[in-house]
Amino acid sequence: MSAPSTSSPPAIVTGRLGYPDSHTFERFLATGGYEGLRKALRLHPEDVAAEVSASNLLGRGGAGFETGRKWSLLPAGKPVRYLVVNGDESEPATFKDHMLIERDPHQLLEGIVIAAYAIGAAQAFLYIRGEFALGLERVEQALEEAYAYGAVGRDIFGSGFSLDIVVHPGAGAYICGEETALLESLEGKRGFPRIKPPYFPAAIGLYGEPTIVNNVETMSNLPWIVTHGGAAFAALGQGRSTGTRIFALSGHVRRPGNYEVEMAKTTFRELIEAEHLGGGVREGRAVKAFVPGGVSSPWFFPEQLDMPLDQDEVGKAGAMLGSGAITVMDDTTCVVRASWRIVKFFWRESCGQCTPCREGSGWLEKVMHRIETGGGREEDLDLLLDVADNISPGLSWPPAQTTICVLGPSIPPSVCSALSRYRDEFLTHVKEGRCPFPEEAR
Amino acid sequence: MARFSPENLAHARLLLSLYPEPRSALLPLCHLAQAQDGWLTPEAMEQVAELVGVTPAEVLGTASFYDMLHTSPVGTYLIGVCTNLACLLAGGEELLRHAERSLGVAPGATTEDGMFTLEEVECVAACDRAPCAAVNWRYFGPLGPDAFDELVGQLRAGALAAEVPAHGVLSRVRRRRGLATTTEEVAAERRAADEERAARASAKAAEAQGSGDGGSRS
Repeated sequence: MSAPSTSSPPAIVTGRLGYPDSHTFERFLATGGYEGLRKALRLHPEDVAAEVSASNLLGRGGAGFETGRKWSLLPAGKPVRYLVVNGDESEPATFKDHMLIERDPHQLLEGIVIAAYAIGAAQAFLYIRGEFALGLERVEQALEEAYAYGAVGRDIFGSGFSLDIVVHPGAGAYICGEETALLESLEGKRGFPRIKPPYFPAAIGLYGEPTIVNNVETMSNLPWIVTHGGAAFAALGQGRSTGTRIFALSGHVRRPGNYEVEMAKTTFRELIEAEHLGGGVREGRAVKAFVPGGVSSPWFFPEQLDMPLDQDEVGKAGAMLGSGAITVMDDTTCVVRASWRIVKFFWRESCGQCTPCREGSGWLEKVMHRIETGGGREEDLDLLLDVADNISPGLSWPPAQTTICVLGPSIPPSVCSALSRYRDEFLTHVKEGRCPFPEEAR
Repeated sequence: MARFSPENLAHARLLLSLYPEPRSALLPLCHLAQAQDGWLTPEAMEQVAELVGVTPAEVLGTASFYDMLHTSPVGTYLIGVCTNLACLLAGGEELLRHAERSLGVAPGATTEDGMFTLEEVECVAACDRAPCAAVNWRYFGPLGPDAFDELVGQLRAGALAAEVPAHGVLSRVRRRRGLATTTEEVAAERRAADEERAARASAKAAEAQGSGDGGSRS
């Protein structure tokens, strides 16, 4: 995971992961652990928040909203407010928070206490995807150590600031990554996203109180930002895309994995091809398409490989960096099959509240499945677009929304990307009455 | 043993004490019941309902929303094979078909000896190990057909008991402490902090006003 010395940015969130015992309390303390928190507690809360604002740290969950600005949306005069940390990482092919939770749980807890101090949270809840069994175990262990050490609990490090953290396991539902669904789930209900407005739980959140929901990687950046200052973070990257970010690289690359690289200064091509990063696609193969930021995003193609990993640049190009998950498909990939599988995922995970999402995902799945398995008709191609347009009218980017949450408009992009670029491949499926790709290569 | 054991009941009460509202403990208590019994029994749901103050139907209605909570029995080992995008590209579908043949059951079904339940699961966030499978939510990968059969053999032989606990057990480390502070204490602490903060803000504003005036005079 280390970059070449010539241009290597600091490893801000993965610095400890080179140690096999990176998750232990001993290793954490031996590598500067809880120093950021000690420093934060010597500052006024608003000065900690000011450092985070100065860093321009963009939320690492998917929407990429400025963390400092999100915090500033908390209404004044309401002393009971909550911090909820979203560790429900479920966007397919995203596996960075899973790693941070398992391999550096104390860094995450340190970030949580820093954030809670900055916003004055009465209590913090760490919602972890239930499937992360080892992660839950590591965090519970770390939390006990942090309490015993005085980094969590009453009068933290003698500062007069007290905070309890509760680790809350999810139970298997993609939709709970949507922040208002997560709050419902944390209240002991089905994970049904809440009607907007209010658009931000900062106004009305957990138990109806002001609540900040932040992502695991976002929290894990805070100890470094407080220790080194927001300006040092903002000096990395470019424009609004400051600092470093972990990209979860998967699919047809020789070295799939999580790589922390400098934002905006690194391109998709470097991430995919550099020997110390993705290592390129297999011998003799070429990139056919890639998912630039989670399967909710439209796809990119070879001509976008040289685009920088810059949130705004990628957005302008009609896609998103989203959850930081990049999945590479080489020229052996059947794009019909790949996009069908993505639609099948959304169909399974739709919470069912809104008709366009619930019904549309099922229709797209059925039509895609029959094309892939040889039962498709030529008019199905337009039918796909028609159904997709009913979920997200206009099929534009950023997508229009007919549903309570963004799961709905996340359904069409993969199918539409595959169809608009590789319409001929869809037609071949229809004409030949089968998938033209050899089974072992699909 | 579908009601909570005395030890688990004590733990359930501890979990309840961690939340401002008891219903928040619903999912953790369902997990606790599943850890005890291997699945979420009707009796357990009744007791969870009593503890959090809702009806049993509300517990069922909530639990049934979540894939990990099983309201009918499952095998000793729940094997979830991922076929989502990254695994698909690495042969996840082929792995699932192999698992079906090897175990002799379709996804959703349990082997006759009650040892294995097979599931097709969505991305489990282990894409650097694709294609992967989760056994009671402990991850294994990349798995080819032979590696899969070897894994099943080891599970059957009990060779992985240390790594893979019984179905339903997530964290083997249980929280032992309640909240360190009461709601009232924290509220008082925060009110005081908010007042100090407001005082600092108005002092700063006054200072800025003062220096602004100074600037205009010079």
